[in-house]
Amino acid sequence: MKNVKVYGPGCKRCETAEQMVHDTASQLGVEVTIEKITDAKSIAMAGVMSTPGIEIDGNLVHTGGLPEVAKLEGWLTAQ
Amino acid sequence: MTTNTRGQQVPRGMPVWAWYSSLPVGALIWFILYGQLVIFSEWVTKLFPVERDSHAGEAIAFFVYDVPKVLMLLIAIVFVTGVLRSWFSPEKTRAILAGKRQVWGYPLAAALGVLTPFCSCSSVPLFIGFVSAGIPLGVTFSFLIAGPMVGPVGLGLLYGLVGWKIATIYLVFGFSIATVAGFVLGKMNLERYLQDWVRELNTAPVGDVPDARLTFADRLKIGATQVQEIVGKVWLWVVVGILIGALIHGYVPETLMLQIMGGETWWSVPAAVGVGVPMYTNAAGVIPIVEALLGKGAALGTTLAFMMSVIALSLPEMIILKQVLTYRLIAIFIAVVSAGILATGFLFNLII
Repeated sequence: MKNVKVYGPGCKRCETAEQMVHDTASQLGVEVTIEKITDAKSIAMAGVMSTPGIEIDGNLVHTGGLPEVAKLEGWLTAQ
Repeated sequence: MTTNTRGQQVPRGMPVWAWYSSLPVGALIWFILYGQLVIFSEWVTKLFPVERDSHAGEAIAFFVYDVPKVLMLLIAIVFVTGVLRSWFSPEKTRAILAGKRQVWGYPLAAALGVLTPFCSCSSVPLFIGFVSAGIPLGVTFSFLIAGPMVGPVGLGLLYGLVGWKIATIYLVFGFSIATVAGFVLGKMNLERYLQDWVRELNTAPVGDVPDARLTFADRLKIGATQVQEIVGKVWLWVVVGILIGALIHGYVPETLMLQIMGGETWWSVPAAVGVGVPMYTNAAGVIPIVEALLGKGAALGTTLAFMMSVIALSLPEMIILKQVLTYRLIAIFIAVVSAGILATGFLFNLII
């Protein structure tokens, strides 16, 4: 079970990023809980300055723009 | 571990050599097409049952010439900017600016504001990230003003549509306003007008994403995805802007333009700012209007003031910043930037 947090104030790209995480995880058969964080203060406190940001099990793995699917698969399958 | 991509999802499967070889081929095709625009637009205009010299003929010619031209320029500028900006990130910029309290922190911030990739929806986390890392408020403002004000899209289109002289003037003054306004705001000790919770955040958040080395092909990919994303988003604004420009070009009499936006009418500069601030569009949409205004004899200072206030001061951006700034600080911010824009407008109406 991986705990994924998607940081973003709710712009279109942030929603797409969340959807990408959801789709990629279900394709890989990886169980995830996705939490969307839209509050500016929490986003900043996580160290995210360009949104969307993606955090997996407490590690910030990506900020700014949409991630590449190949990389997303790598993060979701990493132990 | 991972790279920090700032582009959209990249289509997989295109080999590296294809990226490298498509660059010169694409550039060649671009230049050949760009050279045919006048022939193309005159040909299309003739298809309409109107006199070429009539109001409608002029408006149609302007529209069919400008739409492909602006879109082609936009694609080229966004691509080159996307590639260049792949060397920069908000995290690197923050590291460079942190602790720069000297005077040259302001022009440096303004320069980085132009080069750092960020979208307006990230401006709040970016603002907090900067301020909480100890970057002075004024320096942060220089960064935030310069980004939209002297963005490459605006400058490139200005260069392509109205010439290098006005583009250079715009660059110099836009950059100066960002630097000086940041400096003035910095001297006013406005930290107390931040929202309370922002002032209380004094720990610099860590968590920089590891930035793996990108190959040049990766950077080309970032440029290409930027084109897809940005041109896909702004093309409608561009077409509407050109439509307004075409109507001005075809139908507004020069005498009326001289009365409203001529250099003799002192109130034209503040009026241009007053109209420009609430107008919400982007650089790509406003520059065809600027082209038409200047072509009809509008004074340069008035037009510059209009363009700057449209691009640099937008109400939606202020509403976003309301999360971190109090109304008082937003009002001071608008007042200082507007003062710079007004000064630029009056100066050019005076000397030209």
